[in-house]
Amino acid sequence: MSITEKDVLHVAELARLALTDKEKELYTVQLKRILGYVVKLSELDTKGVEPTTHTVPPRTAFREDRVLQSLTSEEALRNAPSSERGCFKVPQIIE
Amino acid sequence: MDITSLDIRALSEKLGKKELSSTEATRAYLERIGKVEGRVSAFVTVTPEEALKAASEADSRIQKGEDVTPLTGVPIAVKDIFCTRGIRTTCSSRILENFVPPYDATVVRKLKDAGAVILGKNNMDEFAMGSSTENSAFKKTLNPWALDRVPGGSSGGSAAAVAASECAASVGTDTGGSIRQPASCCGVVGLKPTYGRVSRFGMIAFASSLDQAGPITKSVKDAAIMLNAIAGHDPLDSTSIDAPAPDYTASLMSGVKGLRVGIPKEYFIEGMDPEVEASVREALETLKALGAELVEISLPHTEYAVAVYYLVATAEASSNLARYDGVKYGLRVDETGSLLDMYKRTRDEGFGPEVKRRIMLGTYSLSAGYYDAYYKKASQVRTLIKDDFEKAFSYCDVIATPTAPTPAFRIGEKLEDPLTMYLSDIFTISCNLAGIPGISLPCGLTKDGLPVGLQILGRYLDEETVLRAAWSYEEATEWHKRRPNI
Repeated sequence: MSITEKDVLHVAELARLALTDKEKELYTVQLKRILGYVVKLSELDTKGVEPTTHTVPPRTAFREDRVLQSLTSEEALRNAPSSERGCFKVPQIIE
Repeated sequence: MDITSLDIRALSEKLGKKELSSTEATRAYLERIGKVEGRVSAFVTVTPEEALKAASEADSRIQKGEDVTPLTGVPIAVKDIFCTRGIRTTCSSRILENFVPPYDATVVRKLKDAGAVILGKNNMDEFAMGSSTENSAFKKTLNPWALDRVPGGSSGGSAAAVAASECAASVGTDTGGSIRQPASCCGVVGLKPTYGRVSRFGMIAFASSLDQAGPITKSVKDAAIMLNAIAGHDPLDSTSIDAPAPDYTASLMSGVKGLRVGIPKEYFIEGMDPEVEASVREALETLKALGAELVEISLPHTEYAVAVYYLVATAEASSNLARYDGVKYGLRVDETGSLLDMYKRTRDEGFGPEVKRRIMLGTYSLSAGYYDAYYKKASQVRTLIKDDFEKAFSYCDVIATPTAPTPAFRIGEKLEDPLTMYLSDIFTISCNLAGIPGISLPCGLTKDGLPVGLQILGRYLDEETVLRAAWSYEEATEWHKRRPNI
């Protein structure tokens, strides 16, 4: 499976990255080399092997239904690059 | 007396006996930072005012004899990946350059509760991605033993700060070796606890199933003191282990007589530095002379660990780093175009090349058509690696290996070739994939005066045996007492 510049552009779009022409070229070469290395995993027969995604058994992250102190909206918005009337502000998305 | 040369244990004793105040100790460290930081660059942010305020509070605690712990009044530093309330937390990234968290990470809160004085935030590879601390958006940290070399990464700033005596200890994070590998390069002790033993709440996520916080210290005993302060269940982190943490300092006493130390044949590989191999083999002989039994073991899937790691870690990173979009916090670029243009330009300008490369790799391996061949396959091989350890631990109590295949390399040496850089973590990565604890401690110096690290891995949740073996070795040798001349 060889990665092409077209694949790199597609992946950059999915990852929300605007790449320069130089970056496109660089990542095509580097990803090709890295994927060429990781292909060694196909040497192993993993039929029937359960994947490990976590080393600690997953736990339901529910807590008791109690009202606890949380961040105020002012605190939550303090780091926002742009905010207005208690909301995060973004460029217009509806014409 | 040079206050900054003391380890936590010695400093704490002097503070307890009131031979020294925390304010004096903190001033001494701030002076030391002023003296060497221009050469080492181990900090992104130094917080003298907050540190002196915390020192004064610690002095008052000690004076009253209330809530005093072995860390009360001890000046430490934390990697800039931990959120600190009211203090800039950048993860060494442009995208978070001006981020000021409204809360403390649990690790930071626990250290503050224990009375520790936080001197500032250590430099790191951006978002903890790297093995050399050359990927920081702000500065390169240099190795205090040789200023033309890297300190290792990604907790290079934290390890260099301890080695250069800019703090008594520090806290780093380890996703594929990021505590142990820089500890090895800088001649200090670095402990990666079992995954889940220390809370990840408020620790900026890179690869959630691998990231683990742990201490970097001048001695094994100090590592146990630090672990006592930060270990334990945290309801704010659903991946934290709900089991009581033992007293890790109490486990240091019993020696290694009869302890079975596994030596994996796959960890002494062709291409590793001969001086590293010689130092580690000598360390194994020391353990044997102390009464440990050396047992040859096999971890047959070791050679696949780097490939598994770079698929799993980048897949998780591509998902975790999706949150940096210029909306809620951090950098925003381009107000003129569409929302999508803003996301893309913000992320392109905000992230450095290593972070982008990993996001690209992770997104690729999770994308339609490739998921089974890459991410799923890697997760299955991860199971085989985990099983290797389980089998090995039926023959031995701990596993001893070199921490890194070479001593600290020269700045820029591996920067152009990501794959060669990734292979620097070849001996540390499997431990994260399996979730088990591991420590690196100094076990030699090369003829060029560069530190070599011995790695000791243990069973799941068995930090006590890891610390016991490490401490026995440390007690029998002098390597941990050697300091760089800076």
